[in-house]
Amino acid sequence: MHVPDGFLDAPTSVATGLVAAGTVAVALRGARRELDERTAPLAGLTAAFVFAVQMMNFPVGAGTSGHLIGGALTAILVGPWTAVLCMTVVLVVQAVLFADGGLTALGTNVTLMGLVAVVLGYGVFRLLVRLLPPTRTAVLAGAAAGALISVPASALAFVGLFAVGGVADVSLGAVAATMGGIHLFIGAGEAAITVAVLGAVLTVRPDLVHGAAHLRRPTDLAPRPQVAPAAGAAR
Amino acid sequence: MSRRTLGFLAVGLLLALLVAGVGSYYASSSPDGLEWSAEEEGFGDTARDSATADSPLADYAVSGVDDGRLSGGVAGVIGVLVTLALAGGLTLVLRRRSGAASAAGQDAGGQDAGQQDAGEPVAADRAG
Repeated sequence: MHVPDGFLDAPTSVATGLVAAGTVAVALRGARRELDERTAPLAGLTAAFVFAVQMMNFPVGAGTSGHLIGGALTAILVGPWTAVLCMTVVLVVQAVLFADGGLTALGTNVTLMGLVAVVLGYGVFRLLVRLLPPTRTAVLAGAAAGALISVPASALAFVGLFAVGGVADVSLGAVAATMGGIHLFIGAGEAAITVAVLGAVLTVRPDLVHGAAHLRRPTDLAPRPQVAPAAGAAR
Repeated sequence: MSRRTLGFLAVGLLLALLVAGVGSYYASSSPDGLEWSAEEEGFGDTARDSATADSPLADYAVSGVDDGRLSGGVAGVIGVLVTLALAGGLTLVLRRRSGAASAAGQDAGGQDAGQQDAGEPVAADRAG
């Protein structure tokens, strides 16, 4: 999914660069609410883990491969704002050190994988978690659906950008069909990896998973009854 | 940070290093979905080399190392460690601190942070 330099014209790349910069600026504020002493180290590890798993291209037939994007997984593990930052760090490291994804396309890649994949992946996850009963299975089902949808959504977002600023004169409908179709298969792989990793973390440290906070029993939360009278007395 | 959390993070990092350092050698080298679509639809040749294409780590290989397994593995390990340092450093700077010094300087916000941290041993005890 890493867009190379050249696919999109300069104005479109500048525009996605501005979108990416604005998104990161907002995320820097939002992430402060998600990160504390316990979750900050997990966020760093999640970014490193996503970098590693993104190297594992899996075959999807027709001589094609795909790899995890990780937007949904990261958002569910550490929160959506933090996920935007983690994905951006991964994409910057890939573009600068490994020439994976273009430098002028960095804003495009942050927009597609750091913004669209995170927003769609986490949005679908939250929606399903709200509709389904508060169980571990529902969290994993929501994660699977979010991960599955996030990949073709990012692919179609690219097609949208290509419609505006693609340098080649080709049929947009055909590009959309090809991109959307193949990325639906890659999305299935994304869902499988997301469920496997999230399931493992939920098994050993459910207390660290941002998207599973509603599964924790009330006794696991802050000792509010002790604090409430004190707060009242202070007034 | 509790020893359990440290252990969890250490195992996670070890897994990431193994995937990037060893597993990546076995990854599919077929074009990815975007490359493939670009070729299919006839705009693959509009791709341009990145300005970093001459990077010593370009394309997940260490320049000058002929052994593919070693070259890709070292590149992967470097990538994991650099990503960990950058993302971990950023999130550590952004986190809410629960230390006495910062709690003293805050009002309700500091109390909230303290409460959350107080919750950790309970959760850890139950899970353990």
